[in-house]
Amino acid sequence: MVAGRHSQEERGLRRRAFLLAVAAATTPLALHANARDVPVRFGLTPVFLDDHAGFLRDWRKYLEARLGRPVQFVQRGSYREISDMLRRDKLDFGWVCGYPFVRFRRQWRLLAVPLYHGKPLYRSYLIVPAAETTTQSILDLRGKVFAFSDPDSNSGFLYANYRLAQAGERPAGFFSKSFFTWAHRKVVEAVAAGLAQGGSVDGYVWDTLEKFSPEVTRRTRVADRSPEFGFPPLVARGSVTREEIDTMRRVLLGMAGDSEGQELLEQLNLEGFAPGSEGLFDGIDRMMKAVNRFNHVPAA
Amino acid sequence: MFRLRDLSFRYKIPLRGSLLVVVTALLVTASLMFREYDALRGDLIASSAGMARLLAKTLVTPLVHDDVWRAFEIVNSPFHTSGRGVEPQAAEMVTVLDARSRVYVSTQPARYPMLADPVRANRDFGALEHAIAHYREFEPATVEMPDSDKLYVVTPIVADGVLLGTLVMGYSKSAFVPRFYAIASRAAAVTLLVIAVLLPASWYWAQRFARPLAELAQSMGQVSARIPDDDEVRVEQSRDELGQVGAAYKAMLKELREKESLKREIVVSERLAAVGRLTAGIAHEINNPLGGMLNAINTFKRHGGADAMRSRTLSLLERGLLQIRDTVAALLVEARVESHPLSRQDIEDTRTLVLADAHAKSACVDWENDIVGTVPIASTLVRQILINLMLNAVQAVGENGNVSCRVYRDSRELHIEVVNDGAHIAPERMGYLFEPFVSERAGGHGIGLWVTYQIVRQLRGDIAVASEPDDTRFHVSLPLERQVA
Repeated sequence: MVAGRHSQEERGLRRRAFLLAVAAATTPLALHANARDVPVRFGLTPVFLDDHAGFLRDWRKYLEARLGRPVQFVQRGSYREISDMLRRDKLDFGWVCGYPFVRFRRQWRLLAVPLYHGKPLYRSYLIVPAAETTTQSILDLRGKVFAFSDPDSNSGFLYANYRLAQAGERPAGFFSKSFFTWAHRKVVEAVAAGLAQGGSVDGYVWDTLEKFSPEVTRRTRVADRSPEFGFPPLVARGSVTREEIDTMRRVLLGMAGDSEGQELLEQLNLEGFAPGSEGLFDGIDRMMKAVNRFNHVPAA
Repeated sequence: MFRLRDLSFRYKIPLRGSLLVVVTALLVTASLMFREYDALRGDLIASSAGMARLLAKTLVTPLVHDDVWRAFEIVNSPFHTSGRGVEPQAAEMVTVLDARSRVYVSTQPARYPMLADPVRANRDFGALEHAIAHYREFEPATVEMPDSDKLYVVTPIVADGVLLGTLVMGYSKSAFVPRFYAIASRAAAVTLLVIAVLLPASWYWAQRFARPLAELAQSMGQVSARIPDDDEVRVEQSRDELGQVGAAYKAMLKELREKESLKREIVVSERLAAVGRLTAGIAHEINNPLGGMLNAINTFKRHGGADAMRSRTLSLLERGLLQIRDTVAALLVEARVESHPLSRQDIEDTRTLVLADAHAKSACVDWENDIVGTVPIASTLVRQILINLMLNAVQAVGENGNVSCRVYRDSRELHIEVVNDGAHIAPERMGYLFEPFVSERAGGHGIGLWVTYQIVRQLRGDIAVASEPDDTRFHVSLPLERQVA
C-alpha cells in the first residue's frame, strides 16, 4: 500500500515536472505555484448544497484568512468535470464523491472527511412522490421514470445500480426512462414535481434540505435507506505538497474549534471535518466492482 | 294586475331614459371588450410566438442530449419570470413532445407524464396533431380550440432541418377575464354617473310633460257627468302636440256646451208646442157650447120676463161664461187677424198705454223707437207683444226701477228688446217660463208670456230670455212679411 502510494507520488512528480515545463511557456504564474498571492483552487461538486453563493463567499473568506492565500472555488456542471480537472492538475483540492474517490484514489490523496451526525458516514435515499405510499424498494419501480443525480455519484447513481444489478437488472431496461439532474437537490425537485416517479439522492442533502427548505422535501417520501457509506471526501490532487495538504487539513479540522467555523458548519449541517481513512470507502469500492462485473466493464 | 304600460309618464320617461343610458353603456362596453379581446389576442400571439421561438431554440441541445432535467428547467423558466402570481399572458402549460408525439417533458408532469400519449391527458392535442403534421417553414402555429377557451402555440424544435420534437404552449383565454372585468366595472361606474346626472333632468322633463296630460285626462274623465267651464281647463299655450290637444279639447267642450243648450231649447219648445196644441184644442171645444150658452141667455133675457131673482141669476151666469170666454180667447191666440202694417205711431201709442202703469210704480222708462215709416208686420200683434213685455217689466222692477225698451229693424227682421233691473229669473224657472199658469206673481193669470210666445211662434219669430241679477232681457225678433216688403 505504502509502496503503491510512493510510486504514485513519483509518477505525480514526474508528471508535475512535465506540466511545469508546459506551463512555463504559457503561464508565468504557474512558476510561482507556492507564492502567497497565487490562489488555492478548490473544486466543488453538488455533494453538498453548493448553490448558496452567500455561504461560499463566507467560507472562502474564512479559508483565505486562515491560509493567508487567496482561495478560488471552482464549480462545474458535473462531478466528472471536477474529477477531470483534479486529475489534470487544474485544481489543487476538491470536494468529491466517494465513488470517484475509489476510482482515482491512486492519483488523489485524502484531505478530510466531513462529520455528519458525529460520524464520517452517510446513506443513499430512495425517494418517491409523497402521495405514493406503496414503494418499499427500488425494485418496486419497474417501468417508472427515475431520476439519478450524477453518473459519478455513489448515493445518486452507483448504489441504485448496485441494487438493480443484484436483482439482475439494468436501469435502461428496468425503468421506462431515467435521467440525470446533475445535482441531488434537483433530484428532490424532479420527484417533488412529479416529473420522475422515483429518485436516488444523497441522504445528507435530503436531510439538510428538509431542515432548511422543507417545502420541497415535504412533497417527497423516503421509501428506502441504504447502509452507511463513507461521506463524500475532500481530496487533494497528487502533486500538492504535503505541507500544503497539512495546512489545509489543519484549517478544515479547526473549523469546529472557532465560532466563525462553527457558524459555517451549521450552514453545511455538519459537525466538522475529520482526517478520515481510505478504508471508509471500501463499501463503495466493493459496489463499484460488483456493478462493473455485472456490466462486463474491465477492472480499472 | 299592474302592467308596465299603465305606469304614469312621470315614471315612464325617467325609466326609459335610464334604460337608454344602460343600453348605450352596454353596447359601448361590449365594443370596447371586443376590441380589447382582439388586441389581447394579437399581443398574446405575438409575444408567445417570440417566446416559443426562443424556447424551441434553447430546447435543441437538451433534446439532442436527451437531457430531461435541463428541458424541464427550460420549459419552466417562463413561469419564474414574475414573482407574484401568473402574468395575464403567461402560458398555462408548456409541454415538449418528442419526434413521435409522445410527452417528453411538461410543466405539468402529473397531467402529462413522460412518454405518455398527450391525447389521453388532453383531447385538444388530437387537434394539434394536424398542425404538427403541416408545419410551414418550421414557424410557430397558433391553434384556437373552437369549443374550449384554450389557445395553443405549436412550435417545431428543429436542428439542422430535422424535427426533434414539438413545443406546445397552452394559453387560457380566461386570462383575459380580469381585464374584461376592469373594463366592465369602469363602464358601470360611468353609467351610474351618467344616470345620476340624467335621472333628475329626465324626471323634471317628465313632470313637465305629464302634468298637462294628467290634467286633460282628469278633465275628460268628468265630461260625462258635467261639462267643465273653459276656465277650469288649463292647457298648454303652445303649438306643439300638447298645445294642439288642449286647443282641440277646448273646441270640443264648446261644441258640447252648444249642443247641450240646443237640446234644452228643443225640449222647451216642443213642450210649449204640445201645450199650445192642447190648449187650442180645449179652447175650440169650449168655445162652441159657450157661444150656444151665451146666445141662450141673451134670448132668455129678451123674452123671458122680468123676474128680479131670475135676472140676477142669469146675469151671474152670463158674467161667468164671459170670463170663461175671455180666458179661452186669451189662450187661443189667433194670429190671423187682419191688421194694418206696423207704423212708428203704433209703437208710440203703446208707450202711452204703458207709461200710466210705470208712473204708478215711479219706474223710469227709457224708450227708443227706431221705426221710420211702416214695417210689413201686423201692428196689432206687435203691440200686444210689446204691451205684454213692458207690463211684465214694469211689474218686475221695484220702486224707482229702470225699464228700457228698444224697437228697431234691419233688412230682414224687426227687433224688440225689453230690459229691466228687477229681480232676476231663477235658472230652474227658465225652462217653464213661457208655459201658461206658471206665474208666481200675485194677481196675474200667468198667461202674458204664454200669449207672447204663441204670437211670436205664429209670426215665425224668435224670443230669447237672458236673466242675470239686475239685468233681465227679453229679445224678440220677427221676420218681415216678404210679399209686402
